[in-house]
Amino acid sequence: MQSLRVNRRGRYGDYGGRYVPETLIPALDELEAAFRSLRRDRGFRRELQGVLHDYAGRPTPISHAPRFSERAGVDVWLKREDLLHTGAHKLNNTLGQVLLAMRMGKRRIIAETGAGQHGLATATVAARFGLECVIYMGAEDIRRQALNVYKRQRLGAQVRPGHSGTRTLKDATNEALRDWVTHVESTFYIIGSVVGPHPYPEIVRVFQSVIGREARQQFRKAVGRHPGSVVACVGGGSNAIGIFDAFIGDTRIDLIGVEAAGRGLNSGAHAATLVRGRPCVLHGSYSYLLQTPEGQVAEAHSVSAGLDYPGVGPAHSALRDTRRVTYAAVTDREALKAFHSLTETEGIIPALETSHALAYLLKHRTRVNSPVLVCLSGRGDKDIDIIREVA
Amino acid sequence: MSARVREAWARRQAEGGRALIPFVTAGFPRRSATIEILRTAEDMGCDLIELGVPFSDPLADGPAIQHTSQAALSRGVTLPWIFSCVAKARRHVDVPIVLMGYYNPFYSYGLERFCRDAAAAGVDGLIVPDLPPDESADLKRAAGAYDLSLVFLIAPTTTDARVRAVARASTDFCYCVSVTGVTGARRAFASHTDSYLRRVRRLIQKPVVVGFGVSTPAHVRRLGRWADGVVVGSALVPVMEKAGSNRGLARGLRRFLKPLVQAAHGL
Repeated sequence: MQSLRVNRRGRYGDYGGRYVPETLIPALDELEAAFRSLRRDRGFRRELQGVLHDYAGRPTPISHAPRFSERAGVDVWLKREDLLHTGAHKLNNTLGQVLLAMRMGKRRIIAETGAGQHGLATATVAARFGLECVIYMGAEDIRRQALNVYKRQRLGAQVRPGHSGTRTLKDATNEALRDWVTHVESTFYIIGSVVGPHPYPEIVRVFQSVIGREARQQFRKAVGRHPGSVVACVGGGSNAIGIFDAFIGDTRIDLIGVEAAGRGLNSGAHAATLVRGRPCVLHGSYSYLLQTPEGQVAEAHSVSAGLDYPGVGPAHSALRDTRRVTYAAVTDREALKAFHSLTETEGIIPALETSHALAYLLKHRTRVNSPVLVCLSGRGDKDIDIIREVA
Repeated sequence: MSARVREAWARRQAEGGRALIPFVTAGFPRRSATIEILRTAEDMGCDLIELGVPFSDPLADGPAIQHTSQAALSRGVTLPWIFSCVAKARRHVDVPIVLMGYYNPFYSYGLERFCRDAAAAGVDGLIVPDLPPDESADLKRAAGAYDLSLVFLIAPTTTDARVRAVARASTDFCYCVSVTGVTGARRAFASHTDSYLRRVRRLIQKPVVVGFGVSTPAHVRRLGRWADGVVVGSALVPVMEKAGSNRGLARGLRRFLKPLVQAAHGL
């Protein structure tokens, strides 16, 4: 696949589609129509560029990481999405979707969140534009990410715990979908990753592709060439799609997506969907999935709440099958080591999610082509309690 | 066999009144209860039974059915178990049995193999709440090959053009979701429920059943005015859960179903 475009049936290759209750189909049709017309609308684009620049702080810089490079044995550059307002790439998408919601006349916003970064980014835009906001979060994640919960409440959002199932991102997504089915006419569901029924994966790809567009130019200007490899972590996969999008067409550039191997790929406690899953249906789309032999959705595990999800975006499934992107997984322990490594060498505290991408470099220096561009998808302040717990 | 479903509709039409259709999750409240529940429902005059296939992520269901689904899974309920249970039940019951479940377990089992084994066990049809007709080509082919009814859903948000398309895609009957929302007992239905059901009724010829939120004979009479059958699901959960023994369960179920069946058949 030379480009990442969804086809008319809402699919990337075989993957994607719309596996949702009938109640939501008209809402998805309406969303698709609105998105199709607005993405070409000058006024909309100008407004989005305006808030991305003035409010969110785009463009984010790329930084050379000389001391980390020394440790990794390859030349490493970081696309600094951690410097975006609210501390992660998530805001690119929530700003885009909230503007869509307003154009569609929806005044109530809901969202799911795992690590809480998407919840925080959604609560932030709801506060900025004066909209009612409900965030669903697994009860286990609420415990893991108390700081983000508190911040969201101060922003005026209601945080509702998902008590069902594994009490993580998957269950929060179920709850958000149930809310949407119930309040579909008044409510806009801001999905946080390149997952869900069509057209969500495409909407999120378009709004996150600003990462790669900027990074490609900045890298060229700073280094005088293109990167040999581009590396990003993959949970649902939005930061990875965002940065890969600009490089997909250039097959000389290696693209590497790093999933969470949790306690190890053979431990049964991991979130390496593309490495170990099989194609199936969850949360509205056909994609790789971690599941039991009976087709029940399996529990994922990762020390990083944002990667703790048994599914993955359908575009990644297509990219895996065509081998345009190489997918690999690193363990909790390897990610934690990378977390400390970047913090000590560069004075940048990365999110635990992002630490997986960094860990790949420390582990597999021979499998990447220098210079390497890493999507530093978020900052790690939210993870400090977890780090302290495991240290 | 979808023939059993068609016979049930023909009988209801001949006798007058509406069909009463209980929804029960297979293996709930325990695996040994399911056959007893199917027999009781048939004894009480239920016209068709929806047998729920448990799934880990039932996103169209409210707390009651989520709970039954979790409980059934924790008791080891799988598709092979459900097939053997239906096959055993078929020695005693002739009422049409339609499986209602989410797409992933069916897909994962292999759609062709799934339809073959379901039909062989004595299942008559399928309802898949997260599979709109637009994505159903593969299942439609397999269900057709094994003579299983495939029933699609209509919601209050469904446009007229889509209502017609859903009706065309459905074999033997359609399922009308009474409200925008998930399953679960409700105290009352809004006034626009009637105009919505009237609209659907006008648009399609096939039998239509209506479900979600139905718990009382008054609900059955209210929604039954516009439909050929009414589904009762979540309201049965406390009835079934309360009983300690299968015999007590059957007694409680009989007591609960009787006025509902009377209300439906009396319309």
